[in-house]
This record gives sequence, C-alpha cells and structure tokens, in this order.
Amino acid sequence: MTALLDIRGLTTEFRVNGRWHAAIQDVDLSLAANETLAVVGESGSGKSVTALSTLRLLPQAGARIGRGEILFEGRDLAKLSERQMAKVRGNDIAMIFQEPMTSLNPTMTVGDQIAEVLMIHRGMSHGAALNEARDLLDEVRVPDPARRVTEYPHQFSGGMRQRAMIAIALACRPKVLLADEPTTALDVTVQHQVLTLLDDLKRERGMGVIFITHNLGVVAQIADRVAVMYAGEIVETADCTRLFANPAHPYTEALLRAMPRVDRRADTLEPIPGSVPSITGRPAGCYFAPRCGYARPECGHHPVLGPISGAGGSDHQARCILRAKAEEAA
Amino acid sequence: MTGLKVESLKKHFTIGGGFLGGKARTVRAVENVSLSVALGSCVGLVGESGCGKSTASRAILRLEEPTAGRVTFDGIDVASASPAQMRRLRQRMQFIFQDPYASLNSRRSIRKTLEEPLKVHGIGDPAERRDRAEAILSEVGLPQDAMDRFPHEFSGGQRQRIGIARALVLEPDLVVADEPVSALDVSVQAQILRLLDDLRDKRTLSFLFVSHDLGVIRHFCDTTCVMYLGHVVESGPTQEIMDDPAHPYTVLLRQSSPIPDPANRVDPPRIAGEIPSPANPPSGCPFHTRCPRAFAECRESMPAAKEIAPGRQVACHLF
Ligand SMILES: Nc1ncnc2c1ncn2[C@@H]1O[C@H](COP(=O)(O)OP(=O)(O)OP(=O)(O)O)[C@@H](O)[C@H]1O
Ligand SMILES: Nc1ncnc2c1ncn2[C@@H]1O[C@H](COP(=O)(O)OP(=O)(O)OP(=O)(O)O)[C@@H](O)[C@H]1O
Ligand code: SF4
Ligand code: SF4
Ligand SMILES: [Mg+2]
Ligand SMILES: [Mg+2]
Repeated sequence: MTALLDIRGLTTEFRVNGRWHAAIQDVDLSLAANETLAVVGESGSGKSVTALSTLRLLPQAGARIGRGEILFEGRDLAKLSERQMAKVRGNDIAMIFQEPMTSLNPTMTVGDQIAEVLMIHRGMSHGAALNEARDLLDEVRVPDPARRVTEYPHQFSGGMRQRAMIAIALACRPKVLLADEPTTALDVTVQHQVLTLLDDLKRERGMGVIFITHNLGVVAQIADRVAVMYAGEIVETADCTRLFANPAHPYTEALLRAMPRVDRRADTLEPIPGSVPSITGRPAGCYFAPRCGYARPECGHHPVLGPISGAGGSDHQARCILRAKAEEAA
Repeated sequence: MTGLKVESLKKHFTIGGGFLGGKARTVRAVENVSLSVALGSCVGLVGESGCGKSTASRAILRLEEPTAGRVTFDGIDVASASPAQMRRLRQRMQFIFQDPYASLNSRRSIRKTLEEPLKVHGIGDPAERRDRAEAILSEVGLPQDAMDRFPHEFSGGQRQRIGIARALVLEPDLVVADEPVSALDVSVQAQILRLLDDLRDKRTLSFLFVSHDLGVIRHFCDTTCVMYLGHVVESGPTQEIMDDPAHPYTVLLRQSSPIPDPANRVDPPRIAGEIPSPANPPSGCPFHTRCPRAFAECRESMPAAKEIAPGRQVACHLF
C-alpha cells in the first residue's frame, strides 16, 4: 500500500519560560487512500498538535517544527512556502477542528460560508457555488438542504453544525481529511450518525481520514488502523482489530481496563494512577514509567517504537522494553 | 417508605414575554419523572443533552421550585416540611456538580470550602470541624497539605475530589451527582468512579447519579431510568436495561453507544431528525418523530408507563 501522507520523525516544540520543549516527538504516521487512521490518547497527549503541525497551523510565535518530514504526494510540506501551503490546505488536505461552534462564522449563512470556499478555491461563481453548497449539505445528510443553506449557524443543532463543518471541509474534494474530535461534543445517537457519514464519505471518495479522539469505543467503531499517543509520542500502532484483541503497550492495556463498558458487567474497572505529564515535566526514561504497573529498572532507558515479539506478519509496533522483539537482543 | 421518592415531577420554564418582548413560551424541561431511590441504592438517570436530567435533579433537591409533583424523603414531604425539618433534609441530601472548575469558589481555600457547610449547619466546635474536614480530605485521597491551597492549584480530577469531599463532609444519606465524571479523561474518570464505589461501600449512601454515558451508568447504578424529552420512558434493573432494552429509544441509545470492540460494529437504524425542542414537544408519544417503530396511535396518545417485568416499567404503545 503506498502512502498518501507520510509523516516521519515529526517533532514540534513550544517555548515555555524561555526554553523550547517538545510537545510531540519523533511522530511517524502514514495514511493510505481509503483508510481511516485513528489517533487516540488522553488530554494533553499531543493529538491536536500533530494535526496542526501537519497543516502548519501552529501559533506564529513560540512554536516551531523542530524536525521531521511531512510527505504528501512526494512533496515535503514542512519545506513549502506559506503560499504553496495555503493551496494545499484549501485543495488537498482539509481539517475539521475540535470546537465547531467557534469555527463557524455566526454572521454569515451556512450556505455562504460553504460557497465562499468554493469561490476561492475552485473559482466558481456565487450562484454555482450556492447550488453546490446545497448539494454538499445534502451529501452530509442535513435534512431540507434548500432551506438550511439560507440559515445561520445558531439555527442549526450541534449535530447539524458539525455536519456543516464537514461540508466545508469536503467542499474542495480533499484527498486527506484531518478530523480533530469531530464527535466529542455530540450526543451518542448523533455521534453515531456522524461516524457513519464519515465512513460512507471515505468509501465513496476514497479519502484518507485521520480521526483524532480520546474515546476507544469510537476508535473501535470507525478505524482501520490505530496509533496510540502518550506524552507526545506514539506508543503503539497496529491495525484496529489487532490492537483491541492484543494490546501490546501497558498504556493501551490500561486505557482499555479503565473504560466502563456498556456491554458487560464492569467489576473490573481499573484506574490508571496519576496523570499525563506536562511538556515541561516529562520524566527521564520511559514517559509512562511513573504510572506503569510493569515498570522495572531497565525502563530508565527511553524505549524506541519497534516491532513487537509475536506480531506475526502484521505491522504491530510498540514503545516498550517488555514487548521489544527478541531478535534485537540476539 | 425510607429513602427518596419522586412522583410525577414537572418543571416548566417561561421564556420570552415581559420586558424582552416576544411571545411568552413554556419550556417543558421536565414533564413527567417518577422514581425512587431506596436507602443504600444507586439510581441512574440517563438521556441525551436537553432531556431534562439536570433540571429534574435540581428540582428534586429544590434548588429550583418544581412546577408540580411530589418529592418525599423518608416519608417527609419536601414541599410542606417545616423550616427545622427542611434544614435537616438539606444536610441529609447533597449535590455534586458536573463542572469541577465552576462549582468551587476560587477565592476560598480548601479548608474553608470543607468547614463552611459544617458551620452553616451549626455542627461541632472549631476543633471538631477541623478534624472532620481533615478526615474527609484523606478519605477522598487528597494530601493534608491541600488544605490551605486554592481550587486553581488542582487538576480537574483533584477538583472533583474536593467537590465530593464538600458534599460528604455533612455525612448525607443521599447524594445527587449531576455528571460527576463527564468532564474527565478515562483514567481520571475511573479513579473517581473507584472512589465513589469505595465511599458507597463504607457508608450507607444512596445516589441519584446523572450521566449521558451508558457505560458509566452500567458500572455504577443498580437501577436505571431513561429520559427522553422530559419523560422517564423506561426504568428497571440496570443489567436488564443494558442487555435487553425494551423501549425503542433505549434500544437506539444502547446501539449507538460505542463499544471498544471492532468485531462488534453495529449499525443501528438510521433515524432521521434531531431531538425536538421541549418548547414545542410533539403530540402523543414524545419519541414518535424519530421512532423507527412508530404507528398511527403514537401520534395521538401518550403511552402510559406499564410494568413489563418485576420492577421494569416501559412507556410505549408496543407494550
Ligand atoms: N501553544 C502552546 N504552548 C505551550 N504548550 C502547548 C501549546 N499548545 C499545546 N501545548 C501543549 O502540548 C501538549 C499537547 O497538546 P494537544 O493540544 O496536542 O493535546 P491533545 O492530545 O489534543 O489533548 P485534548 O484531548 O485535550 O485535545 C499539551 O501538554 C499542551 O499543554
Ligand atoms: N432556566 C431555564 N430557562 C429556560 N429553559 C431552561 C432552563 N434550564 C433548562 N432549560 C431547558 O430545559 C431543557 C432541559 O435542560 P437540562 O439542562 O435539564 O437538560 P440535561 O438533560 O441536563 O442536558 P445536558 O446533558 O446537556 O446537561 C433544555 O431544553 C434547556 O434548554
Ligand atoms: S518501558 Fe517499562 S515503564 Fe515503559 S511501558 Fe514498558 S514496562 Fe512500562
Ligand atoms: S409509543 Fe410508538 S412512537 Fe413511542 S416509542 Fe413506542 S412505538 Fe415508538
Ligand atoms: Mg486536542
Ligand atoms: Mg445537565
């Protein structure tokens, strides 16, 4: 499978109290067409920073990409000029942001907001763009699109606003969609509708989707592949079925045990002690060690992300000395 | 009967009219809620945003005046209790709020936060109050040096522990908890649920536990009440409701709740439409505008709650 988007060794730093600290570190991600890659982890693990770095939407001051390549169709996005990058953002890679309420303009009709994107990026006339906006609202299953296209965001429910955001992101037929917690603020029945919609659109258009969430239940419903993040690093990656059947990293395992499940009696709920370290307070050695039930003296060396023992032919990797493949030691 | 009993609770709001002009409209936030919480048990109230969970729990504790209905605690009618009875009831029934950020007074030290309720209720002398505050602080798993610090110095999970300590310092019999873990990460959520489990085992505490997460409800509650648009549409033993939901809305809620198991991807009926507004509720069954099984009668008449198994009530014309 050839990658559509290939992120290699991406490291993004923020300046805190005069010193640069890595928020994400050596992140490797690759995404194929017609694939949904879920990025999952607790608050502060670096999911949004990864997405914002990919599109180079970091704050202008106090933030920088320290290292790494963001390869998209053979070009390294990290090296493009701001003008070239603006073109990529509009046409090739689109993003749905974490806060839908703040990303829509309250003073413009939803139809005009979609049309504006089409006029700028696809050079359409206002009339043609409005027609296309209506079709897009229909495509994202907003009921009664002919009427809705003339309404303002406050006239939309939360679920419909999120669908309007998806319509704007899809307006230029992007090849890659970065969706940052697109369903977190929604009720479960509406969440399910939006997940189904994204899955249908991925298939119909052959898009690559990076789906960011903190909810492992949602990951299981939508992902083809999964990357688990902790404290700015990828700690495990595998295809979705494998990850849930055989979690290899102690953090992944702990996340699964901490989640109360609706489908079984949960006498086994096990909290993870402590909390995610801040970017200025990461421990030496394995970042998860202070919370890890398996920690031992060797964990004082920072582990690398590598193939695990017993993965068979699958591409299953973890960042943990316990699971490192034996051949390296041999 | 001992414990809490709520019968046909209603809470309406009037919006518009008056100075602000416009036509006055009635928001039927809580239309018909009946439930009981026996001593030592834990009842869950679950439903989607805007269905009236918070309004119902506030009206039960009379943080807001109910429009109609009866609430009794150990047989005492909360609406007609004497001032002395009411003061005692206020001590025995406590509230835990969803937002650990907004619910604590930012200018009050943790010590003051915990001693204040004791003072208000005239419990103990200063030395006893200090002892009780210190005991409850360690019971919720916070170090004693937290006492003289302020809420902003704590993480979300720690603040929620402080909110729990504040509710428990009066040694209540009933705690009404409105989404106490919804704002927290899974790992911290599990820490707080474990804490509540322990506290419940150690004391004789009853809970009315509000959540929109069926997984959390399944973990914590013996009995579950499902709400839709101001009505309790189904209630019964939690395990039965989760494993074999009866009301079409409960079925939808259950099937839409994500399960961390890719082998179990479900495709619930693709229902159209959004939850109607409680300012303009549909006729007949409140769920008929979205129900995949609706038939003619559903538009005309409101189904009454019916017992379909011991302790199991469903309000739907199919039963
Ligand atoms: N502008 C900034 N300056 C300094 N630190 C930052 C900045 N933006 C993010 N961070 C830090 O980078 C880390 C990763 O943040 P990020 O927003 O990517 O987390 P996340 O995984 O998206 O979390 P959430 O689930 O809460 O959205 C956090 O520790 C955060 O505090
Ligand atoms: N003071 C008020 N004035 C007018 N309407 C109100 C008031 N308080 C609540 N409502 C309305 O009553 C309905 C029920 O609200 P409530 O907050 O009880 O829902 P909820 O189930 O707790 O939702 P959530 O899950 O979002 O917390 C909503 O439509 C809300 O807008
Ligand atoms: S390297 Fe050590 S501390 Fe880190 S996850 Fe593995 S066992 Fe735990
Ligand atoms: S009464 Fe009718 S509309 Fe209401 S839940 Fe039952 S079948 Fe559906
Ligand atoms: Mg984020
Ligand atoms: Mg509420």
